Amino acid sequence: MYLNLSWRNIWRNKKRTIIAVASVFFAVIIAVNTRSMQLGSYSYMIHSSARFYTGYFQIQQKNYWEKRSLENTLLQDSIDYKKLRNANYVKALAPRLESFALISFKNTTRVAQVVGIDPQMENEESGLKERLVKGEYLEPQDYSGLISKGLAQLLGVSIGDSIVLYGQGYHGQIAAALLPVKGIIEYPIRELNNTMFYLPLKAAQDIFLTGNRLTSVAVMIDDNRHLEKAKQALSAVIPPQYTLLDWKTMLPELHQSIQFDNISGMLMLAILYVVIAFGVFGTIIMMINERVKEFGILIAVGMKKVRLLIVTFWEIVFIAFLGAASGLIAAIPIVWYFSLHPIRFTGDVTKTFDALGIEPIFSFSTDPLIFLNQALVVFLIALATFIYPIYFMKRFEASRAIRS
Amino acid sequence: MALIEIEHLDKIYNTTAVPVKALNDVTLQFERGEFTSVVGPSGSGKTTFLNMVGGLDRPTKGKIVIDGTNLAELKGSKLVEFRLHHIGFVFQAFNLIPVFTALENVEFIMLLQGISKEERQKRAIELLEAVGLGDRIHSRPGQLSGGQQQRVAVARALASKPEFVLADEPTANLDSKSAEDLLTLMEELNREYQTTFIFSTHDPRVIKRARRIVTLCDGKVEKDETV
Repeated sequence: MYLNLSWRNIWRNKKRTIIAVASVFFAVIIAVNTRSMQLGSYSYMIHSSARFYTGYFQIQQKNYWEKRSLENTLLQDSIDYKKLRNANYVKALAPRLESFALISFKNTTRVAQVVGIDPQMENEESGLKERLVKGEYLEPQDYSGLISKGLAQLLGVSIGDSIVLYGQGYHGQIAAALLPVKGIIEYPIRELNNTMFYLPLKAAQDIFLTGNRLTSVAVMIDDNRHLEKAKQALSAVIPPQYTLLDWKTMLPELHQSIQFDNISGMLMLAILYVVIAFGVFGTIIMMINERVKEFGILIAVGMKKVRLLIVTFWEIVFIAFLGAASGLIAAIPIVWYFSLHPIRFTGDVTKTFDALGIEPIFSFSTDPLIFLNQALVVFLIALATFIYPIYFMKRFEASRAIRS
Repeated sequence: MALIEIEHLDKIYNTTAVPVKALNDVTLQFERGEFTSVVGPSGSGKTTFLNMVGGLDRPTKGKIVIDGTNLAELKGSKLVEFRLHHIGFVFQAFNLIPVFTALENVEFIMLLQGISKEERQKRAIELLEAVGLGDRIHSRPGQLSGGQQQRVAVARALASKPEFVLADEPTANLDSKSAEDLLTLMEELNREYQTTFIFSTHDPRVIKRARRIVTLCDGKVEKDETV
């Protein structure tokens, strides 16, 4: 009967209740969509960066990341790929031997990032084969390479041409090779498109004279949400002499820009929450103040203040719940649509994304936690307005209220 | 022992620039089954007196003992609980819960008392039938006339089986016929259930039907006569 009373009370003034519910409703829709777009975009940025460059993790020899020297490599045989693959959340592994070298064709020379790869594992990790726009993908036994489109254009190279690779190998030896171009790959990010050169791992190890060595094993996981758990799982299976770096360490600019953007997004949400809180608060104040005499009567006839507070509490819960639940229901199809059809930017805006080395896409996240968290936050904010009825009831005098 | 014993009751309001003595050394006793009118001009202290006896307000001085319980000893929720079980209220403006039906309004008091659903529904229907509203139990206050609403208020006041009912100007908002009907009803209930009724009023129709008339003037008992 108390619930019944609360429910009927909120419909005493239908327009006001609808406005209060609508304010929570729109707050949830805006909060869910904003947050979903933010977190979805972060997730996309991180995932695409991890796929393009680094993986979510890299297993490396200690100190490799600081010096990027072939002297700090790890032994291929010391890596137990089976154990790594079996670790929770791990999706793919890619052993690499990376170095910078000069690449020349005719009279043109450019600096390139040369990466020795296991073609199949690299494709699983980074989808490299999908980037092939001309020629053929690498086979493990090939002694040829894949060149990025921008670099190929800078050098004037096409399929079948041979480039000269010249650099520093293991222990300061000279690394030099004449390598035919087997395929051309294209990246949407200029920095990668102008610098990358891939060749099979065995060929890279021969050219850089590293023997059975790698500079890193890149690890892809299913989602950034599982980064910490995956880190724990991987740390337990990598040899103790090696270190496990996550993308935050390897891509600090991206991490910082996400953190900064996240804070500004949170501030915007906080402003939205404050507006909502005052909206609901106003409704609660009106609902209470217009019933002062009624409260007095109810207390006079024997209703304890605590019970009156319970009735008021349920009124707030109903308003908050109706707004939060309907907002959630309305937000789901919007988020769902944009998760399937991300917003792709064109024009000058893309320069900002280019600077960060990410694709100019706003993707939406469908992580259920976003929906739950935002609805819960808005719901809790609405509940926080219950502080007014408590304050009101503490000072309430029935006899004065009845006379009012 | 009298049902209500009031000794040397004073009430001073300090909320105004000059303190107002609303009750001044009021000493009265009320027995079970009385049908009493507290009369007097506006500002004579009638409502203040009822508020004191109903435990809605605290006296500045003096003592109120109801059925052996000194109200001064009851604080907060104990006092609310005491009111729930011992005192019924009928207000000038009916003051029913607008979102509840007549039945639910009467039932609600018994819900506060923790009475089971079947029992409270049975008793609420009986009471509404007793006040002549057996056919309007599912009507909300807004769908009832003033007289009907006040009848529901009487049924509500009796629902908790109180020792006595305090009615503050119960006929003030009623037309003549409704007022006469209400008074007849309360007389019948008084006879049938031996419920004590204490009214504050300046309505001659109520005064005429009372069996005891207490006249207040400037907060003092001016007259106390049994008719």
